[in-house]
Amino acid sequence: MPLLDVDYMLGLVPILLRYLPLTLQMAAVGMALALVLACGLAVIRVLRIPGLNAATLLFISFFRGTPLLVQLFLFYYGLPQLLAFLTQINGITATIMGLTLHFSAYMAESIRAAIVGVDRSQTEAALSIGMTNGQLMRRIVLPQATRVAVPTLMNYFIDMIKATSLAFTLGVTELMGATQKEAAGSFLYFEAFITVAIFYWLIVELLAWVQRRLETRLNEAYRR
Amino acid sequence: MIKVEGLIKRFGGQAVLDGIDLAIEQGEIVVIIGPSGTGKSTLLRCLNFLERPDAGRLTIGDLNVDVTRATRADILTARRRTAFVFQNYALFANKTALQNIAEGLIVVNRWPKERAHARAREILERIGLADKADAYPASLSGGQQQRVGIGRAMAAQAEVILFDEPTSSLDPEWVEEVLGLMKRLAAERQTMLVVTHEMSFARDVADRVIFMEGGRIVEQGPPDQLFRAPQDPRTRDFLRQVLATQVALDVPD
Ligand SMILES: Nc1ncnc2c1ncn2[C@@H]1O[C@H](COP(=O)(O)OP(=O)(O)O)[C@@H](O)[C@H]1O
Ligand SMILES: [Mg+2]
Repeated sequence: MPLLDVDYMLGLVPILLRYLPLTLQMAAVGMALALVLACGLAVIRVLRIPGLNAATLLFISFFRGTPLLVQLFLFYYGLPQLLAFLTQINGITATIMGLTLHFSAYMAESIRAAIVGVDRSQTEAALSIGMTNGQLMRRIVLPQATRVAVPTLMNYFIDMIKATSLAFTLGVTELMGATQKEAAGSFLYFEAFITVAIFYWLIVELLAWVQRRLETRLNEAYRR
Repeated sequence: MIKVEGLIKRFGGQAVLDGIDLAIEQGEIVVIIGPSGTGKSTLLRCLNFLERPDAGRLTIGDLNVDVTRATRADILTARRRTAFVFQNYALFANKTALQNIAEGLIVVNRWPKERAHARAREILERIGLADKADAYPASLSGGQQQRVGIGRAMAAQAEVILFDEPTSSLDPEWVEEVLGLMKRLAAERQTMLVVTHEMSFARDVADRVIFMEGGRIVEQGPPDQLFRAPQDPRTRDFLRQVLATQVALDVPD
């Protein structure tokens, strides 16, 4: 008897490939929404908009201070009890919602730090030639903040892809959910889970490669 | 013509500018000297509304405003009619030398990109950096960065260029090339208001030298008069100290 049932693992690959798109879609949609939300939160924090600033701090504190799994259960099982119209929130929606809110809290802070980190004298130089605040943001501050924030944001995206696996606890059949079902049928737990682990690993490595290329391009202006 | 009357700026109750009156004719080169912490930078920054003054009138061309009542539009106008050269260059780090110079023309003056870049290339020629058009600030020497900073100010075609200690951050080896460029601008009768500790520049280039201390103009006059026969004891003390150190530095060993 061989140590590993390689044929079983190879057979699993096409099955898992069918569920890969759902995993990637949840991460992509979650990331897009989280980016938008995080930018909004970051701007509120940078400009210290009265009222909203305190609310933002509370939001960030809560979503960074509690486990993602707890947040997912809260949305999936808890919210429908509180808000009657949500009786049929599905697992995919709840996952995307949880990922968005959870990761936007982290991302808001790194975007804020990146904006604040842009050299203040450049801001003054832009104002001194008669730029408006909007032009200053668009042309000078945000491009430089992006360079600083992108590596961290990519790390959050990678984390988010791995975190989609929690969706299986809400009954979603994505990569992890599908593997779980297959393993339960075959009892080949090690083979099944090492296969799905390699799936995640390859995706993450691919993204890390993209990240390195992106950073090289973004850093072009700063090489001495 | 640029004119300020009764300019006052306070920081935390302390008057850093204590009633400044100053008029600069078109084509005039005015140098401000004085001890540090005297309000020289604050004065330049107020002309450009990088600081909001607490009282005074400001006239630049046909703009004439009570500084406390200046609207957003007035402030933008004042900024477009003045150009600023910073001590630490303050180049846009995400833009090339060419883009740094063209940026204001494109964004503020709304020139088409080709026209702005053509103008920026002319200016790069004049500042002797035609070969550095596509270089980013991080790859330029201090002297080159400050020349681009001056080029950015030249592009603005402002009524006056304000220089705030343009050579103070430079390694000694780069000071001359920046002063040389400023001298050429002066020879073209570009109106300039220059804060500097370079006394030889003041002596050779200025039409008028102003000595400031404690937020006030203590004494002013043509360089010959101010350097040879200062009237106020404070001016004499300051000049004695500065010239002593600068001469000492110049003495070869
Ligand atoms: N943003 C600020 N807040 C508080 N005090 C300031 C600020 N800017 C300048 N000052 C103070 O105002 C005085 C004049 O400063 P400055 O105009 O920079 O002098 P100078 O350029 O002649 O050295 C100094 O005492 C300085 O500490
Ligand atoms: Mg100063």
